[in-house]
Amino acid sequence: MLEAIKFYQTGSNTIGNRLLNPSMRTIQASVDRPNSLTSGHRACQGCGEALGARYALDAAMRATGGQLMVVNATGCLEVFSTPYPESAWRLPWMHSLFGNAAAVGSGLAAAAQIRAQKSGDKVAPRVIAMGGDGGTTDIGMGCLSGMFDRNDDVLYICFDNEAYMNTGVQRSSATPPSARTATTMPIGEHPGADWGKGKDVPLIAMAHGIPYVATATVADLRDLEAKVTKAMSFHGARYIQVLVPCPLGWGTASNVTVTVARLAMETGFYPVYEAEYGKVTSVRKIRSKQPVTNYLKLQRRYAHLLKKNADPNVVARLQAMCDQNIKDFGLLGDEEPEETPTAIVAYERSQAV
Amino acid sequence: MTEQIEGSLGVAKAVALCHPGVVCAYPISPQTHIVENLGKFVKSGALKNCDYLNVESEFAAISVSIGSSAGGLRTYTATASQGLLFMTEGVYNAAGLGLPIVMTVASRAIGGPINIWNDHSDSLSQRDSGWLQLFCESNQDALDTHIMAFKIAETVGLPVMVCMDGFVLTHAFERLELPTQEQVDSFLPEFEPKEYLTPKEPISIGSMVGPEAFTEVRFLQQRKMAKALKVIEDVTAEYRKITGHHSGGLLDCYRCDDAELKLIIMGSTVGTAKDEVDRLREQGVKVGIISLKSFRPFPYEAMRKAIGDCKKVVCVERAFSFGARGIICPEVKRAMEGTGCDVKTAIAGLGGRAIYGTTINGIVRAAFEGKFKDEMTWFDVNSNVLNSYTKDVEGVTFPEGPLSDSQLHASVK
Repeated sequence: MLEAIKFYQTGSNTIGNRLLNPSMRTIQASVDRPNSLTSGHRACQGCGEALGARYALDAAMRATGGQLMVVNATGCLEVFSTPYPESAWRLPWMHSLFGNAAAVGSGLAAAAQIRAQKSGDKVAPRVIAMGGDGGTTDIGMGCLSGMFDRNDDVLYICFDNEAYMNTGVQRSSATPPSARTATTMPIGEHPGADWGKGKDVPLIAMAHGIPYVATATVADLRDLEAKVTKAMSFHGARYIQVLVPCPLGWGTASNVTVTVARLAMETGFYPVYEAEYGKVTSVRKIRSKQPVTNYLKLQRRYAHLLKKNADPNVVARLQAMCDQNIKDFGLLGDEEPEETPTAIVAYERSQAV
Repeated sequence: MTEQIEGSLGVAKAVALCHPGVVCAYPISPQTHIVENLGKFVKSGALKNCDYLNVESEFAAISVSIGSSAGGLRTYTATASQGLLFMTEGVYNAAGLGLPIVMTVASRAIGGPINIWNDHSDSLSQRDSGWLQLFCESNQDALDTHIMAFKIAETVGLPVMVCMDGFVLTHAFERLELPTQEQVDSFLPEFEPKEYLTPKEPISIGSMVGPEAFTEVRFLQQRKMAKALKVIEDVTAEYRKITGHHSGGLLDCYRCDDAELKLIIMGSTVGTAKDEVDRLREQGVKVGIISLKSFRPFPYEAMRKAIGDCKKVVCVERAFSFGARGIICPEVKRAMEGTGCDVKTAIAGLGGRAIYGTTINGIVRAAFEGKFKDEMTWFDVNSNVLNSYTKDVEGVTFPEGPLSDSQLHASVK
């Protein structure tokens, strides 16, 4: 049904929710939205993570009828939402450590299940564990993989801003090649983050054969809501990775968070798709293909690539990376990918991009 | 019911009697038999309403435990040695969050060099973690202490480490007396947490606390430790009354009346020492033992009372602090400040080196002969092994042990 209406949210062409019938409206558009992450927290202006977390958790609250508990890894989201004695959370929320959110989620889900069993409740509260890319793809990887392995009933959401923003923008295994971070400075012969390093956690999640994996961005919030809602219809381990631009770390204006996230999709830089039980089931198509420079030029972390004396091969390689994603994930045209796409870093390592 | 069983099975049965809701398991010797047995109980249905999770690391084991305890369930896990160190970040976190988890530490040395045998360097490395640390002298003591530990943890609102010597206790078959389910039920009611994570009453747990309140959070945590001293005594008294077992407590005195020398010992060495003290007493040697059960909180008052006006004390320690000295001794000195009591440390039994009756006998004789000149003495060190290295490499040779701390320091001058 949603296919019939294209949500081109660009400039004055935005379709307002009021033009849709109520069943198609976003959860955020509803006056009784849960406001799980309420206003007054201390996120930066234009924070992509705060936006993504609010939409994702409100969708999960709606999907579970309020029967939801959340575990938050250490990171910006945790810090800006709960400076003692304040809390911006209007749902049961806990924070333990940086690298253990998935395992704490497993324990909490077990507790909810056993408590429901003992008290004769038919429905046990569901659990979401969440963290940034550092807490997920690096320090939390062991616990995340263990949770996938046991197929524990936890939805893990990674808010991916492609570096350690809370500690001052250091490189993580989700940082793209050539991006400037505090530990991959734009100096020397190969400025920015190294090529041929990094890992593709959505594909790693799929390789665990878990029921549901998806990627999303804050440029397509209706899509994010739909994916979280769908994830809550499955039991077992699930993984959603949401691209959340960080104005501070990316060097973007605070009013282009959504624009830059949309360009990550429209260039093929960040493939957005869903997978069930290890197979890709749907792909979010590119609507108006953009050259990668349109994505790069909004971000100071890539400024060194667009200088007059910059090596043009680097931008060409980034463009090739986007083109490879478009081909592997079928981001253009009507076809869905038949084979499991290859992690882009494999092309980098083999020098194919 | 009396059974002739392995210590680990005894502990597993004791834990099962307490009806934990989540048991988390990651294998590390020598605690494996405990969680293996609990796994059987859950799978066979003997232990109902309990989720048993095989996790991928000790870090996950403590993290799952944090989640399930915060979710309002009685939670148990077990570890040792490297495993305890691997979960350290979570160990401190669980205490800071005030979660009443019970965890067995089947005490074992820490590598490198890797060593699977018993000493106390693993549990004592967590001295400042904020957990209660209860040491067990026998398998009966271990079994009973686990049951008491849940009640103590849940009353105080802090996690409890039950430290039992690896292999020496965990793998020893002994006659054990298990309390009945009715006895345990009357002693330990269903766990009803004051606060836990539930959509019925949403709360935020584990928020960020800055300089404006961090000191106060720590003060309140320390206050719980102070409260724990009485709780341990009360719970022990209640448990002893119900079962008739003489287990637990802050400390336990053995033949201490009129003793001119008191040995302070933690763990299974107490059993060996008791036999030797019996023999020495027959020979007219006035020696007694203080079995230190609660290392954290440290029972300063009870210790001062137990030592009384005895002026000679030797702590037999199975761990020490690098670059410093013994770990128990300074605590005892604090307890005895201003009394003129002479407190020394005899290091023995590291990495599984057996402490025999003759070792205890040697310590007692050396103490009476005034041979403990330094605060710390390496009592059972083998100088031949040392010399086989230091003679060739540095031209240093050591006389036959024991070796005092000053001999060690002199050797590097």
